[in-house]
Amino acid sequence: MDDRLILRIGTKFLIPFILIFALYVQFHGDYGPGGGFQAGVIFAAAFVLYALVFGLGNAIKVLPPRVSYICGALGVVIYVGVGYVSMVLGGEFLNYNVLAHDPAHGQHYGIIGVELGVLVTVFGVMVALFYAFAGRRRIDT
Amino acid sequence: MRENLPALLVVVPLLLAPVAALVGRKAAWAVAAAACWWSLYASIALLQRVRAEGTISYEMGGWAPPYGIEYRIDLANIFVAIIVALIGAVTIPYARKSIAKEISDDRGALFYAAFILCLTGLLGIAVTGDVFNVFVFLEISSLSAYSMIALGEDRRALTAAFHYLIMGSVGASFIVIGIGLMYVMTGTLNMADLAVRLPEVADNRTIPVAFTFLTVGITLKLALFPLHLWLPNAYTYAPSAVTAFIASTATKVAVYLLLRFFFTVFGETFSFEVMELDRVLMPLSIVAILAMSLVAIYQANVKRLLAFSSVAQIGYMVLGISFGSVLGVTAGIIHLFNHALMKGALFMAMGCVMYSVGSVRIEKMAGLGKVMPWTMAAFVGGGLSLIGVPATVGFVSKWYLVQAALERGLWPVAGVVLIGSLMAAIYIWKVVEVAYFQSPDPDYEIREAPLSMLIPTWILVAASFYFGIDASLTASVATQAAETLIGGLP
Repeated sequence: MDDRLILRIGTKFLIPFILIFALYVQFHGDYGPGGGFQAGVIFAAAFVLYALVFGLGNAIKVLPPRVSYICGALGVVIYVGVGYVSMVLGGEFLNYNVLAHDPAHGQHYGIIGVELGVLVTVFGVMVALFYAFAGRRRIDT
Repeated sequence: MRENLPALLVVVPLLLAPVAALVGRKAAWAVAAAACWWSLYASIALLQRVRAEGTISYEMGGWAPPYGIEYRIDLANIFVAIIVALIGAVTIPYARKSIAKEISDDRGALFYAAFILCLTGLLGIAVTGDVFNVFVFLEISSLSAYSMIALGEDRRALTAAFHYLIMGSVGASFIVIGIGLMYVMTGTLNMADLAVRLPEVADNRTIPVAFTFLTVGITLKLALFPLHLWLPNAYTYAPSAVTAFIASTATKVAVYLLLRFFFTVFGETFSFEVMELDRVLMPLSIVAILAMSLVAIYQANVKRLLAFSSVAQIGYMVLGISFGSVLGVTAGIIHLFNHALMKGALFMAMGCVMYSVGSVRIEKMAGLGKVMPWTMAAFVGGGLSLIGVPATVGFVSKWYLVQAALERGLWPVAGVVLIGSLMAAIYIWKVVEVAYFQSPDPDYEIREAPLSMLIPTWILVAASFYFGIDASLTASVATQAAETLIGGLP
């Protein structure tokens, strides 16, 4: 890989922007097109690109399979957790109105929280799928 | 917590599923047990509330129906939720040793996560009042079921799971097409709202098409003959605890969906008079009872034998529904519960045999009546129920079915029910004969299955006798549930 300078430098330039763009899609998901699923896929795409250019071994050092596995489960906990918080605060499951003094703000926080859960799970599962196909062998979680 | 109980019934297992995936195998079992026992407690508490206060409506996210997702709990669906939760709660102590033996340790945590997700999905289908939510939960339960089946020891489990995946996905897409067509015509996804709006547009060709897609999709999920082809292999090669759980719950929930769509959403006038559903369902269920019982007689693998018998038993449930009368639907609902008990017990007994012998082929079971007396006695108990001997739940189901058939003046159909019983006697006897009247192979030691597996099996066997002798509770709940379904929404 050492001789493909443009590819390596180009990738290094691109990855931060891809990650930032994923977060942009995440935080604008409640007002514009986008949301947690798309953001999670884009976030995972950065790691897939890294793995393609620098090799699977390096990618596993950056993001161990165990972490992607944990992310996959953690996102569900975040999503459902938002629902539990709203129940503790006296609303129904996933009633965002009670999350802040102003219901409009509450809806805003609620959506962001839920979408964050989606992002984490989609990101974790996408990377885990990529590892599973790229590795062709069991990767210990 | 009281107000949120309808949501908590579903979302406590939903939260525990990822937790089970994150902790180790042993802890994952404890988490799964907590999820199952919680859902049993919550569903019984909800049943008492429904009986005392009538239908419960819960607004998900605080959005009022029909705009938001509504959880609507009446007697029909809480009854189904109790079946699911009860079987889950009995299977989970059984699963600990059985799964430890049949599934490698590193997959244990993921297995229990899938188990809880499957429970979540089935409970969700039962309690939701929103048709799209039904589809989402259907996918949750089906996808987790595919993965659990694929974990079976035998390599053929992989193809069985893949086959089920393809057939199940076809069924799920038919269901979502049907839901989409209804949404296009009415602009609503809420079941109660659909029931009001569908008659206004029933003349449009789209509605019969939606009805057809839904019927075919759901009958694929519940494995009505001739759409049952995924079932025998899936049940045969899945891990024993998974077979016991899925055989007693997944198809039952699909039968409930059929009832819900036919009677609540479309209404029995549209389903039975305009679409003439009984003309399709009755012949198919009769063929299912006769042909699948016949196929079961010729099976050499006892789990496979029981799987074909399941397809025949689903025939009885659909036969009850196809009468379209309160008595017929009551018979169908009672058989839902009763079949869950007896098939659960039978598959659990086979799991015990699998644990001790390592095979469930009929020739390996020679003399097991002497070396594994408790397991085989449980098998005989469940078998008596399957045949429909008086004082077992099978008798209660068949009594109601025959009554419903005679009410319609359908003597030959009542005859089919009795012939089905005789055929069940033949295939159960095949196993009993080998187990009790042949001598065991003296070459190798076989010991009785552990108590943690025998006790859950016997709980189901005991229940199948208890509810066979005193059917007043099940019969009254089932009759009220049938009246709720047929009488429309209260």
